[in-house]
Amino acid sequence: MASRFSASLAEPVARLVEEFNKLPGIGPKNAQRLTYHLLRSPNEEAKALAEAILALKEKIRLCSICFNITDRDTCSICQDEERDHSKICVVEKPSDILPLERTGKYDGVYHVLHGTINPTQGITISELKIKELLSRLQDSSVTEVIVATNPTLEGETTVMYLQHIITPLGIRVSRLARGLPFGADLEYADDMTLGQALDHRQEF
Amino acid sequence: MSPTRNYQTQAIVIKQSKLGEFDKIITSYTPEFGKLKAVAKGACRPGSKLGGNVEPLTHSLLLLAKGRNLDIITQSQTIDGFLALKSDLWRISCGLYISELIDSFTMENSENRPLFDLLLDALHQLCQTDGSEIVLRYFELHLLHHLGYRPQLHRCVTCDSPVKPVVNFFSFSQGGILCPHCNSEENHHCEPFALYHSAGEKQPKNLTQDRFPGAISAKSSFPLSVDALKVLRLWQDCDYATAKRVKIKSNLSSELEQVLQCYIIYLLQREVKSVAWLEELKSHLDNHREEN
Ligand SMILES: [Zn+2]
Ligand SMILES: [Zn+2]
Repeated sequence: MASRFSASLAEPVARLVEEFNKLPGIGPKNAQRLTYHLLRSPNEEAKALAEAILALKEKIRLCSICFNITDRDTCSICQDEERDHSKICVVEKPSDILPLERTGKYDGVYHVLHGTINPTQGITISELKIKELLSRLQDSSVTEVIVATNPTLEGETTVMYLQHIITPLGIRVSRLARGLPFGADLEYADDMTLGQALDHRQEF
Repeated sequence: MSPTRNYQTQAIVIKQSKLGEFDKIITSYTPEFGKLKAVAKGACRPGSKLGGNVEPLTHSLLLLAKGRNLDIITQSQTIDGFLALKSDLWRISCGLYISELIDSFTMENSENRPLFDLLLDALHQLCQTDGSEIVLRYFELHLLHHLGYRPQLHRCVTCDSPVKPVVNFFSFSQGGILCPHCNSEENHHCEPFALYHSAGEKQPKNLTQDRFPGAISAKSSFPLSVDALKVLRLWQDCDYATAKRVKIKSNLSSELEQVLQCYIIYLLQREVKSVAWLEELKSHLDNHREEN
C-alpha cells in the first residue's frame, strides 16, 4: 500500500512509511502518521528511537539456560535465587512469559521451546529446544515441569510428546487447565473446550 | 459450482496458518468445493467464536461470505471434533499425515465427493484404538484410486499377462505390477530411477537411502512379495472392517508402507513432511514399549 503513495513523497519519508507499514498492526495511514510525527519531533527523540532499535538487535541474545531473550548470558529469571528452580514452566515463545509473570502466581523458572511440534510444516523435535530441556532435567533437582503451550492442536501435540518423554524420568508433568475463557459464551464453545471444562470441573 | 454471496458447507479442517496478529487462514476439504481456503478473523483471540471449530482435524459446518480474495468464515459449528483421536499422540500424527496427503494432492475448487467421504471415514477409523497402520495404508490405496492413480494389480502393465504368485515388481511410472520378465527387460534400458529428478529439486534430508533402500537405489520399480500383493488386492476392494481383519506381521507392514509411500512420493515429486515425524514417533514409541 505504502509504495502507491511513494511517488508523491520525498524518498526518506516514503522509506520510513514503508518500514513502519511492515510492523504488525500498523496500516499505511498509521505508518504515515508516525512518520510525520517523527519529522516534527526534536532530533534527540528520533535519535533515541533509532538507537533503541539498533541496540535491540545488537545486544539481545538467548539465555543460555532457558532460551528466553536477554542482554546477558543468563536471563534475570534464571539468575534469581529467590525463585523456585525445581519447577520449570515450558512455553512456546519468549512473549508468553510476560503474561504468566503478570499473574503473580508463578515463582518457578521457564524454558522457551521457540515453536511447537508441527509435523506438516516439518517442525519436529530437532527444530525446537527440546534436547536442551531434557539436558536441564538430567542434572538438576527439577521435580515438576508445567507445560504452558497454546490450546491448539500443535500445542496439544507438544504437550503429549513432552509428557511421554518426561514422565519416565520420574518428574511430574502438568499442564495449564483448559476450559472456557472469561467472557465466553457456552453456546459458541467448541466440543473440545467444553468437554475439557467438564472434565476439569471444580467443586465450590 | 460457484457459490453465492453467503454460503454454507461442511468442511474437514486440514491445515491452518496465521494471518497477521489475530487471524488465521483455514484450509479445509469440503464435499462440494473440494479444497477450500478461507479466513477466520480473530481466531487467535481468546474467546473467539470460531476458535476450536476451525482447528485441524475437525469436521465442522461453516458459514462463509464471499471475499475479494479469500472467503471469510462468519460462523462455525463443530459436527465432530474427533476427540478420541485428539487424545492420543500417535493417532493425532496419523490424522495430520492423511490431512497433508489431501492437501498435497488436491487443488481448490475441484469437487471430489468420494475423497471427502474417504477422509471423513479415515478420521472416524482413527478414533478407534486398533489398526491405525492399516487405516493409513487403506487410506493411501483408496486416495490413489479416487485421484485416478488406482494401482493395476491383476495383470502386468507391460505384457498384460495375468500376474503369477511369485515376487513381482511395482512400477511407479506405470502405476502397477510388472512381471519379473518385463521388469528385467525394462531395466536393461532404463536409467537408474531417482525420486527427485524434477528440475533441480534437492533430495530432502529426511528421505535417505536407509529409509527407502528399494526406491532410491533400484530402478523405477519396487520388488513386491506375494503376500503384499494379496493384501493390496484385498484392500483395494473391501471395507475397513474386512481390511482390519487381516493380520499383518511387521515386515509385511513395512513393505506395504514403503511401496505405497514411494509411489506417492513419485507422483508428488516431493516429500510428504509428516512422514519424518511418523517415523521419529514410531521409533520412539517402540523403544518406550520395549522398556516397559
Ligand atoms: Zn533464562
Ligand atoms: Zn509382463
